[in-house]
Amino acid sequence: MNNIQILLSTETLDTQTCIDWIMSPESGGIDVFIGTVRNATKGKAVLKLDFEAYEPMAFSEMEKIAKQAFEKWPVQKVLIHHRTGTLQVGEIPVIIAVSAAHRDAAFEACRYIIDTLKQTVPIWKKEAFEDGEVWVAAHP
Amino acid sequence: MKINVLAFGVTKEIFGSSLVSLELTNDATIYNLKYVLEQQYPRLKQLASYMVAVNNEYALPGDTIHERDEIAIIPPVSGG
Repeated sequence: MNNIQILLSTETLDTQTCIDWIMSPESGGIDVFIGTVRNATKGKAVLKLDFEAYEPMAFSEMEKIAKQAFEKWPVQKVLIHHRTGTLQVGEIPVIIAVSAAHRDAAFEACRYIIDTLKQTVPIWKKEAFEDGEVWVAAHP
Repeated sequence: MKINVLAFGVTKEIFGSSLVSLELTNDATIYNLKYVLEQQYPRLKQLASYMVAVNNEYALPGDTIHERDEIAIIPPVSGG
């Protein structure tokens, strides 16, 4: 589908490239979600994050979510870019962009995509603190 | 039958490897696989949860495993 763009990359994600791709004359609005590496978790300083993906499945699960967005809302284009590898504080692990004729669909679809991605896409992050490393959400 | 199981994230640390080989009966299910893995790697039971993927799709406990299927253990995901 040329109205869906999925990317898993070890390279820096570029917001402007995503916006350029998602923009179209038919769109009345675009919604962009940018996830960024926060400098602390529950008050503890985070030094860096390591992202690992089960790449073929992560790709197909992201594609599924994008297609679901088209089934649920009148959206025009959907973009999901996700980083893997080591990221420093302030870097961008994920960019979601959605275009639609009207803003409600773009807002709702964008929210759905990031929320679902966090639940189903096989990507894992390990937080590095000064006193050790933890795989996020692994243990209760 | 002999199957290979892919591991990621915390599971890779539990297995001590990104790939482990197991011997299963020919009609084994996901449920059987999880039982065998948990006997061998008890720390799996300490995870908040984990899923099994077969050929890049989430599988259900009753699904049957076939030789040459691509099996992966999916610990709780945390992308985004």
